[in-house]
Amino acid sequence: MKLNVKIKRYNPEEDEAPHWETYEAPADPLDSALALLLHVKWYEDGTLTFRKSCAHGICGSDAMQINGENKLACSILVQDLVSGDGDTVTFAPLPGSPVIKDLVIDQSRFFEKYRAVKPWMITDGPAPERERLQSPEDFDMIEDATKCIMCGACTHSCPSTWADPDYLGPAAMLKAYRYNLDTRDDGSNDRLDVVDSKDGLWKCYTIFNCVQACPKGIDITRWLSALKRQAVSSQL
Amino acid sequence: MTFSHDVVIVGAGGAGLMAALYAKEGGADVGVVSKLHPLRSHTGAAQGGIGAALGNMEEDSWLWHAFDTVKGSDYVGDQDAIETMCKDAPRTIVELEHYGVPFSRNKEGKISQRRFGGHTRNFGEAPVRRACHAADRTGHTILHTLYDQCLKNDVRFYDEFQVLDLIMNDDDECAGVVAYEILTGEIHTFHAKTVCFATGGFGRAFKTTSNAHAGTGDGMSIFLRNGLPLEDMEFVQFHPTGLYRLGILITEGARGEGGILRNSDGERFMERYAPTVKDLAPRDLVSQCIYQEIRQGRGIKGKEYVHLDMTHVGSEILEKKLPEITMFSRTYLGVDPLKEPIPVAPTAHYAMGGIPTDYDGRVEIGQRGDIMPGLYAAGECACVSVHGANRLGTNSLLELVVFGRRAGMAMAKEVKEGKDFAAMPDNPEQRTRDMLDTILSRNDGEPVVNVRNDLQETMMDNVSVFRNDETLTTALDDLQELRERANNVVVRDKGKKFNTELMDAVEIQFMVDYAEAVAASAHHRTESRGAHSREDFPKRNDDDWLQHTLFHSDGKGNFEFGRKEVAITRFQPKERKY
Ligand SMILES: Cc1cc2nc3c(=O)[nH]c(=O)nc-3n(C[C@H](O)[C@H](O)[C@H](O)COP(=O)(O)OP(=O)(O)OC[C@H]3O[C@@H](n4cnc5c(N)ncnc54)[C@H](O)[C@@H]3O)c2cc1C
Ligand code: SF4
Ligand code: FES
Repeated sequence: MKLNVKIKRYNPEEDEAPHWETYEAPADPLDSALALLLHVKWYEDGTLTFRKSCAHGICGSDAMQINGENKLACSILVQDLVSGDGDTVTFAPLPGSPVIKDLVIDQSRFFEKYRAVKPWMITDGPAPERERLQSPEDFDMIEDATKCIMCGACTHSCPSTWADPDYLGPAAMLKAYRYNLDTRDDGSNDRLDVVDSKDGLWKCYTIFNCVQACPKGIDITRWLSALKRQAVSSQL
Repeated sequence: MTFSHDVVIVGAGGAGLMAALYAKEGGADVGVVSKLHPLRSHTGAAQGGIGAALGNMEEDSWLWHAFDTVKGSDYVGDQDAIETMCKDAPRTIVELEHYGVPFSRNKEGKISQRRFGGHTRNFGEAPVRRACHAADRTGHTILHTLYDQCLKNDVRFYDEFQVLDLIMNDDDECAGVVAYEILTGEIHTFHAKTVCFATGGFGRAFKTTSNAHAGTGDGMSIFLRNGLPLEDMEFVQFHPTGLYRLGILITEGARGEGGILRNSDGERFMERYAPTVKDLAPRDLVSQCIYQEIRQGRGIKGKEYVHLDMTHVGSEILEKKLPEITMFSRTYLGVDPLKEPIPVAPTAHYAMGGIPTDYDGRVEIGQRGDIMPGLYAAGECACVSVHGANRLGTNSLLELVVFGRRAGMAMAKEVKEGKDFAAMPDNPEQRTRDMLDTILSRNDGEPVVNVRNDLQETMMDNVSVFRNDETLTTALDDLQELRERANNVVVRDKGKKFNTELMDAVEIQFMVDYAEAVAASAHHRTESRGAHSREDFPKRNDDDWLQHTLFHSDGKGNFEFGRKEVAITRFQPKERKY
């Protein structure tokens, strides 16, 4: 089939404002949305710019707005985006961060927030000779959160983030959860100092946009609620 | 601009990050330069596991691991390096665990381990559980954890800076690297006392591959262009189970958990070829067997694929231990592995060859011990060589952390012992500037995609699992022409900001360079060994070829070969049977 690929374009060296351009691309129902973008870039217009690498949903490079929803371009198929020949698929950058060019956003703030939550293992006392033990049940508590590929689809779908650029957002706080609930870690209080704050947990109004956006199907709101409970009980 | 650091590391996958951590810990000032944000590196795609004789599930020993690795390498792996790696493996895994890697657990709360191809108990008796894993996202969790550790330790990152050249001065010392900042289009120089390349693999030279778009072998080609040799480039691993047509990987862990390969008759054909380990034979063998089946008309529906049958394995294991690949199969092929077999075919996966190094990551430019001072390499772009002619699954992640660490320590030591900056030549970035200006100023020519398609096609048709004089000569002729074409592509994007098209145009030039190294080295080695299967020389020939190949080129299509001896310590070459 043939599809219209409508892309929000912006070249800071030439354009005053973003504008839409539409291209035609051949497509198979089983092609990914990324394949459509690659077709345009490779065969129609080499200036089209977007990030990509793994092409199968593990590197987190190509989160963007596709038909109005935040998705990984490589992990959504044409058959799930259109009903037939001549339909249109739209692509825009993730909303809420400055656009560098076309579909590429400036992720520096997103990663600063990540770093702010101290996303690393903090332990007291000397390490044992062998691995620290962890029961399969305790591992299950964090497994879902460890799937996060830091694509940013969640944080850039969150009205609290759009409204307040300082809000840590779901991705960073999920990382805090991932370490805080890890039975091997002793750094909960260090991270709670960061997330239990006006820019943190309490700006999450459980709107669930993040859960809907997450390409890895992570139950983000559930884990952030658990983190809220941890914050509350740590104050008791 | 000029940046300077004691240690500059190019690449931020598992190898680069581990080197950075250890260089930093050793007191050096470290800068990590990467064309992708570190978390986008392809280490994140590694699925099945990382090997170590921890013995958490059953008895195991590092010596068995070493033997399997030597045998897997078809005896052309360097045994001193292999011993170093396998001995250090259990300590390494514990270290990763202490860093926070969320490994899957067994009932006792220890790291869970599973079976993988070629890993056996007691020198080949039966498969052993050696692959430590975090479900089937092992590489992802290792990459993220190492990155977190680097943040903790304040490693300085230069994200989305693409290194395009090495700076060698008149005394033939390495003074640093030249990098293109993708965001701004600026060309920067990095002055360093020691430089370590950790730029990963090159699967993108083949039409069907499990490798990321970024897997364009930049580092290896940059070495060639600076007159440095590459080792064992003929040995390219084709993983037996890529999703049909797409090449997306289905981990060997799927067979480790009980998956079975079947041909169009429904037959478990690996029983015929490898009666002891069957579906868990090493990858070179399984890929060759799949093509044999296809050639003899037993591909599914007469096409070029076979089935990976997981239907008997059960939902518990699929959902819990193999969730990612279950999802890949559902998403990309619409096949539910619970109900139907998965269509699979070999996919270009891993480069055994690369930049020659010793087991401390020091770059060797000729025979053993013939070192290029201040220059290091680690990870997939390097050739230590622990994989020889065929890598065993789980040994690459292991190699990254073991040899990344050793390179990091060695660099820190050199710095501590007073290694100084090598003199910077005048205008070190001139060659890079000229290359980019030439591309940008050209207004007529063909787009990159045409050249890349043709390159991937010829490499897939002529230099993949089976090779012979005729196919390799065809590929080499094609590559001569492709070099000309790659040097004359046109880009439409002339801007400075985030010009990815310009980088595509550079990468296609790199791709021709290393593709030629692969095809020429394969043509040169007139025997069959491991993943290098010559139809016109079907037997292994230890008398003439128990040695490494060194490939030198002038970057203009003229090349020559050297040889390097294989380190043999304990295990004498034997016939390889599984
Ligand atoms: C799908 C898949 C599954 C795998 N599963 C396993 C497994 O289960 N077990 C196992 O042991 N192995 C596995 N492997 C192999 C293993 O993952 C890789 O060999 C390994 O991760 C490579 O790591 P690396 O650090 O060398 O390079 P990479 O992780 O590929 O990183 C390369 C780095 O170099 C940077 N770079 C590249 N070129 C430049 C340049 N010009 N300038 C600046 N930076 C540059 C990139 O940005 C990146 O940061 C798998 C491989 C694949 C593809
Ligand atoms: S939680 Fe999901 S959507 Fe958010 S960054 Fe992680 S993977 Fe992306
Ligand atoms: S390209 Fe890696 S997640 Fe899409």
